[in-house]
Amino acid sequence: MDWTALSVSLRLAGLTCLFLLPVGVWLGRALATAHFRGKGLCEALVALPLVLPPTVLGFYLLQQFGRDAPLGSVWASFTGGGLNFTFSGILLASLIANLPFAIQPIQRAFENVPTNLREAAWCSGLSPWQTFLRIELPLVWPGILSAIALTFAHTLGEFGVILMVGGAIDGETRTLAIAIYDRVQAFDEQGAARMSALLLLVSLTTLGLVYGLAGRRRWVRG
Amino acid sequence: MAKQRSPIPLDAAFSCPAGELLALVGPSGSGKTTLLRTIAGLYQPEQGHVACLGSTWLATERRYSLTPQQRKIGIVFQDYALFPHLTALANVQLALGHLPHSERTLRAKQWLANVRLEGLEKRFPSELSGGQRQRVALARALAREPQVLLLDEPFSAVDQVTRRRLQRELALLRQQISIPIILVTHDLEEATALADQICVLHNGVSLQQGSPEALFRRPASPLVARLLDRHNIFEGEVTSVNGQKRLQWGDRYLEVAVGLSDLPQGERVTWYLPPSDIVLHRRDRPSQGERENPVAATVHEMVVLGGITSISLRVLHGDMLRFDIATHAARRNQLALGEQVYVSLLAAGIHIMSGKHVAMSSRHMSSNNLSSNSQSSTNMPSHHKRNLS
Repeated sequence: MDWTALSVSLRLAGLTCLFLLPVGVWLGRALATAHFRGKGLCEALVALPLVLPPTVLGFYLLQQFGRDAPLGSVWASFTGGGLNFTFSGILLASLIANLPFAIQPIQRAFENVPTNLREAAWCSGLSPWQTFLRIELPLVWPGILSAIALTFAHTLGEFGVILMVGGAIDGETRTLAIAIYDRVQAFDEQGAARMSALLLLVSLTTLGLVYGLAGRRRWVRG
Repeated sequence: MAKQRSPIPLDAAFSCPAGELLALVGPSGSGKTTLLRTIAGLYQPEQGHVACLGSTWLATERRYSLTPQQRKIGIVFQDYALFPHLTALANVQLALGHLPHSERTLRAKQWLANVRLEGLEKRFPSELSGGQRQRVALARALAREPQVLLLDEPFSAVDQVTRRRLQRELALLRQQISIPIILVTHDLEEATALADQICVLHNGVSLQQGSPEALFRRPASPLVARLLDRHNIFEGEVTSVNGQKRLQWGDRYLEVAVGLSDLPQGERVTWYLPPSDIVLHRRDRPSQGERENPVAATVHEMVVLGGITSISLRVLHGDMLRFDIATHAARRNQLALGEQVYVSLLAAGIHIMSGKHVAMSSRHMSSNNLSSNSQSSTNMPSHHKRNLS
């Protein structure tokens, strides 16, 4: 069992969720409620990682992360370090690869909140911020939960993008999914089996917890 | 921005004094709901003015507009818009932001008791019947202690029996609250039963405002009459018989109580007669008012609807008179298809609609209303104007 790889994976998944959650809520709500020019393009960009082969996404990110590329040089000027083959690099890649998983469930949830509930809240004297906290957030909560679950589980299982931009540096960029691949390459089937079982367990538990919680709301029925 | 989003041109003005109920009626797409949303601050017309209790809520000419939160309104939406994740009690509590926290629960309970929902405080909206939901919505709207109550087709989503009961409750509730109530409905019967004043809307234009009685007896234009489901609209010509102005209708010269003297001879007019002002002569003995505009006609159609029979009579020149009489009266008079009967058209009921100046006269009426009410400090005049370019 590669505990270091597990720790990298959990850290990566946790931080990806943490950073993407506010983005998902903000962008998901904007895409659901606002009407603006270029909304279709914006939605297409968000969904792109769903259909793009991970290696293609990884390839472009690898190019952008280089010290000569705009993104890489900006990063280097702020942090002094590079992005390729670092934890920061795979985190950034993971944030981009998980955009659809974080945004789409939340967007769907906001779309299902009837417009006149917001209006009823305003007419009851609630400010837009209070309306968001007391009406919208409780109603879209299941969407937020599934966004977290999907992002977390998907990050644990992400392979292609991480391998492209991160390689497999022990303790830095070697995630559990990559470690499994390495074990198989080294004909260590037992090690691969244990880690696969663990990944399966973690993913199933996460999803089970989330869907179980989401289903426990009395007001949904009837 | 508003130009693309709004397909409805608006040109409407109406007012409602405190304690009265104004019904906005009109076919779907006539702008009723848009006007209600304008009062609530949920919609901003290009030009508009909304004032309540002497304070201005919207004045587009000054680029002045209060937010929905700043306007003290209570609104009941068509689908009630209850917060599904909150209990009935919490739904009402939410609208009590103007009270200290400690008082909110008690007041919310009182409001629910006011609409006869005690014992159901803990229920979620999904666990309530349609009528109960409507009451929660009403309690929530009133809990804010609003300065105007807005009702957007509040009875359309419940069954007939519940609707009657809720309408009755609204009529009772009106005696307790002294704020203007504006009801949007497409149901004429409902408007007639509940409203002190009706404002008729068509394609975003307010055609006429008045009491139901005034509207049904004196619609301002053929269009208003049609929207109010009135029949007996005819064409005639102003003539003179022995120095007296008469209304020529086919071969008849009708006496008219009011409205004829100002019109020039030879003017073609459209006129209307309320069905209640058509008096059927009894066949066995002469009845009162027989000398008043007697007209011979043949029975063209008889439709029995329970205790009421709807009768269509064809007069000599082809026009059709329609009115209702009690079914037993129709039997007693031995009315049958093709029979010849005599009716009197009461001179006081004949209403001349000056077809050309309809819009102006109705505008004049509503502005009269507004100024006559403006002495009381609690009127709710609102004026909206919007043109699609």
